[in-house]
Amino acid sequence: MPAVVSELPDAQLRHLIDHYEAAVSAKRRRAAVGAAVLVVMIAASAWMGEVDLLKLAENFWRFPSYFISIMPTLSFGTLWTDLADWLWGLNRWTGLLLDTLLIAYVGTLIGAIAGFVLCFLASANLVRSRTTVFVTRRFLEVCRTVPELVFALVFVLAFGLGPLPGVLAIAIHTTGALGKLFAEVVENIDDEPIDGVVASGGNWMEMVRFAVVPQVLSNFVSYALLRFEINVRGAAVMGFVGAGGIGQDLIEAVRKFYYTDVSAILMLIIVTVMTIDYCTEAVRHRLIGRESR
Amino acid sequence: MTDTRRALSFDDQTDIVRRFPEQFGIDWWRRGRLIGGLVVVVALFVFGLIRLEIPFDRLISGSIRLIKFTAMMLPPDPGSWAQAKIYLNAMGETIAIAFLGTLGGALLAFPVSFLAARNVVGSRVLQLVTRRGLDAVRGVDTLIWALIWVGVVGLGPFAGILAVMCSDFGTFGKLFSEAFEAADKRSIEGVKATGGSHVHSIRFGLLPQVIPILASQVLYYFESNTRSATIIGIVGAGGIGLQLAEQIRVLEWQKVSFLIVLIMIAVAAIDWLSGKLRFAIIGRRAVA
Repeated sequence: MPAVVSELPDAQLRHLIDHYEAAVSAKRRRAAVGAAVLVVMIAASAWMGEVDLLKLAENFWRFPSYFISIMPTLSFGTLWTDLADWLWGLNRWTGLLLDTLLIAYVGTLIGAIAGFVLCFLASANLVRSRTTVFVTRRFLEVCRTVPELVFALVFVLAFGLGPLPGVLAIAIHTTGALGKLFAEVVENIDDEPIDGVVASGGNWMEMVRFAVVPQVLSNFVSYALLRFEINVRGAAVMGFVGAGGIGQDLIEAVRKFYYTDVSAILMLIIVTVMTIDYCTEAVRHRLIGRESR
Repeated sequence: MTDTRRALSFDDQTDIVRRFPEQFGIDWWRRGRLIGGLVVVVALFVFGLIRLEIPFDRLISGSIRLIKFTAMMLPPDPGSWAQAKIYLNAMGETIAIAFLGTLGGALLAFPVSFLAARNVVGSRVLQLVTRRGLDAVRGVDTLIWALIWVGVVGLGPFAGILAVMCSDFGTFGKLFSEAFEAADKRSIEGVKATGGSHVHSIRFGLLPQVIPILASQVLYYFESNTRSATIIGIVGAGGIGLQLAEQIRVLEWQKVSFLIVLIMIAVAAIDWLSGKLRFAIIGRRAVA
């Protein structure tokens, strides 16, 4: 059987080809405009941000050399004493790391509880009054948008140096972040249990307790764990402004050029953060897995 | 009417209890686990309070001081027009840091993320090593990167850009490679089945699927980096954080509140803009 290729009449073909080319060139034009906007934005930000590639090229050697200089000298023959030498402050540092973790933990817990309470007021499907929802949402937004380090700076002035301002700063930021996430979860729930509780005569508190909380709790815990992970990183730098934890020692070591201390503290922070990441991820997978089953 | 119905259901109660004992009996195993978990949570909390030596007496005096500070913040006032211009310039710097840092981080992470994706690179060892490397880069906070880069290129926003770039490199590397791993295998196999090489299968089978996802992630991080770029000035890496930290330290509360309002407006604007762009790129449904 000979292959027969059916061809359209020229006029129709012409029409289709024109359409195709118009579509392609419209897409090209859009891509070109997008690229031009991007280039202009890059140029403007490079000018604003004082980007100086020459300076970078000139000084780039300092970047690897910094890492080389903070590396401890470890040799196989005297590995044990070298390690002991490098980690000379291990007792103090693990103590400070424990402080950092506890700052993150206490702050996250306070923030999660506050977010838990506020999220129901910020959910449009549970609260009749628009004003309550609006005010709560704006409050959460303020808590979330102001960086926690700024809160910490202000709190250091109000409460004095130490972990307290760090804990409070993390708690407030967490309230804002978790309150918003929780409210989004609550707004996506199934309405039928709510109708059920209301129909059988439950008041607002009972409605939240028996119709909403059981649906959202595992999601809430998963989000709170994720936040804890983020807050551990945040707490590690709280010390930069005097709000407790390991950050204080780190910034001192960097500023005073105690090179090997920098690498020792950094390594401890990285190991801690990674361990926390692994643990929370494992727990979160179990939580979410249980929910979807 | 309702009363009779209620009375009826209570009459049935004994029968219902007998038929569904597990619904009415107390599951001691579950309850025990719940109580145990709560005890651990509370115990850790109390341990934290004790170990951190939270000074409760200072809590009250500090709160009073805080209220005074807040009162002094009103109304927000930059002082003079010249001062306001300096602040606006600093805000521009912050946005530039966030923009270039995010973009640079994404560009650096893009090639590396291929190495970290299990379905692209054959070697499991290479993939694991890349992943752990990215984790290490991510474990270092942006503020610490800023400290390091200030030492390399000196004070100023350029150090901030490089710092954001570094920490975003770690984040994007992980996110991108996860997007690669989650991609649909069939289109990759389709390209291979028609005779394409491994590179072809990535270029025509994998990339068209994931590019919108990557673009949306980059936009999302642009927004969140605007927040973090507002503080890296605290260690001297440019932007509005420098001004903010200075004004807080000299207790110029009206200027502080002006700066905070400025930050909030900028973040809200970028939030709105990047949300619009994300929806335009991947469609409204895919985000939710």
